[in-house]
Amino acid sequence: MTSVDTERSITVTVNGVPREATVPVRRLLSDALRHDLGLTGTHVGCEHGVCGACTVLVDGSPVRSCLVFAVQVDGASVTTVEGLAHDDHQGGQVLHPVQEAFRECHALQCGFCTPGFLVTIAAGLEARDRTAEITEEEVDEIVGGNLCRCTGYANIKKAVRHAAATMKDAG
Amino acid sequence: MKPAPFRYADPGSLDEALDVLVAEGEGAKVLAGGQSLIPLLSMRLAAPATLVDINRVPGLDAVEATGDGVRVGALVRHRQLLEDDAAARVQPLLARATANVAHPAIRNRGTTVGSIAHADPSGEMTSVLALTDGSVTVASPGGRSTVGWRDLFVGPLETSIHGPAVVVDAFFPALPPRSGTAFAEIARRKGDYAVCGAGVVVTLSDDRTVERVTASYISVGLVPEVHDLTEAVHGQTVEQADWAAAGALARTLVDPDGDLHASADYRRLLVGVLTERTLADAAVEALERTAA
Repeated sequence: MTSVDTERSITVTVNGVPREATVPVRRLLSDALRHDLGLTGTHVGCEHGVCGACTVLVDGSPVRSCLVFAVQVDGASVTTVEGLAHDDHQGGQVLHPVQEAFRECHALQCGFCTPGFLVTIAAGLEARDRTAEITEEEVDEIVGGNLCRCTGYANIKKAVRHAAATMKDAG
Repeated sequence: MKPAPFRYADPGSLDEALDVLVAEGEGAKVLAGGQSLIPLLSMRLAAPATLVDINRVPGLDAVEATGDGVRVGALVRHRQLLEDDAAARVQPLLARATANVAHPAIRNRGTTVGSIAHADPSGEMTSVLALTDGSVTVASPGGRSTVGWRDLFVGPLETSIHGPAVVVDAFFPALPPRSGTAFAEIARRKGDYAVCGAGVVVTLSDDRTVERVTASYISVGLVPEVHDLTEAVHGQTVEQADWAAAGALARTLVDPDGDLHASADYRRLLVGVLTERTLADAAVEALERTAA
């Protein structure tokens, strides 16, 4: 018999670490990450799938965390903006090429939309053939689902091209 | 902007899903990709008592392309359909339309069949189902039935499917021989809901003149419709066909509404422009497929 619940305990691997939480079934993944797991890097903007600020990776693919319930990712693997940089084994962290590119190109101002852009662009660049020169069409397709209200898109698109070039050189 | 409280079940089989739908009664709603449903819940435009999540139901995630057409399971994500080369060969409208469905992050999660069951007149796949003369398969406790697109769409966000039932697949018939298709939209931002969109099919006769032209529009009217534009260009060659006349005919056939994003007149204008543009492309493809 299928159980019908109002609350559930879930286990999710977040940024490589298994995490457990007991959540009301109506809890959005975006809220579960922020409220239940304390990962406030994921920002919540429009809460209906338009702005892209809450984008995270679920099993490697970018999705809007405000359009998924936390109970639906039970057993899945989630990567948030906190999981993009990696440990340098000397007590610090090495930024993801997209994070480096954002700093280099001044692709953020207030920073509200930035986590969603970083996760979306990182996934977009990792999914493509990185030996090929990136086209304007590809750049638009990658960032087209995310809104920025202050920096403007010119520098964000510049950062995408910059990161693509870095990743191409890194092979 | 949080969904109202609900009960949640994620059955592991179709039979279990139907059992839960029966047990939970009127207030139960099926959840697949959720990319249309969850925003409605968050905005409290819908507040079902129970969500029956079918994501764990096996056997619903296949795209089957045969000579007859393409059958798309209820858990096939837009992205999966977009990237299915066999499906694109049998019915090129599928990839062309799914490329216009929202943004990549939405396509990764949203399902094609869910989009059809949602019956939003701004949705691409409802129109494609109509334009290809497609149907859906509905599973209910009494068995399975096939519902053609004309009987399916009742109004905006409303279908003829009532009671405990799951739409398990959608079937899009193959593109006929000597035919070409095209699909285009105008949106305020790439990937947003279209202000207006058009899908067209052009079929040529043996002598390579225009035999049949049909079109279906997005965000125009309350339910998907198919318009026959043949009379404007019948018997004309692809090179000399008066696509503008077909566009002008289309403008007289549609009855769009105005809203915040566009007036009814502007939408009608776009119908003409998009029709002319897409028909020219579709006709070239029809010619290529005739030559091949």
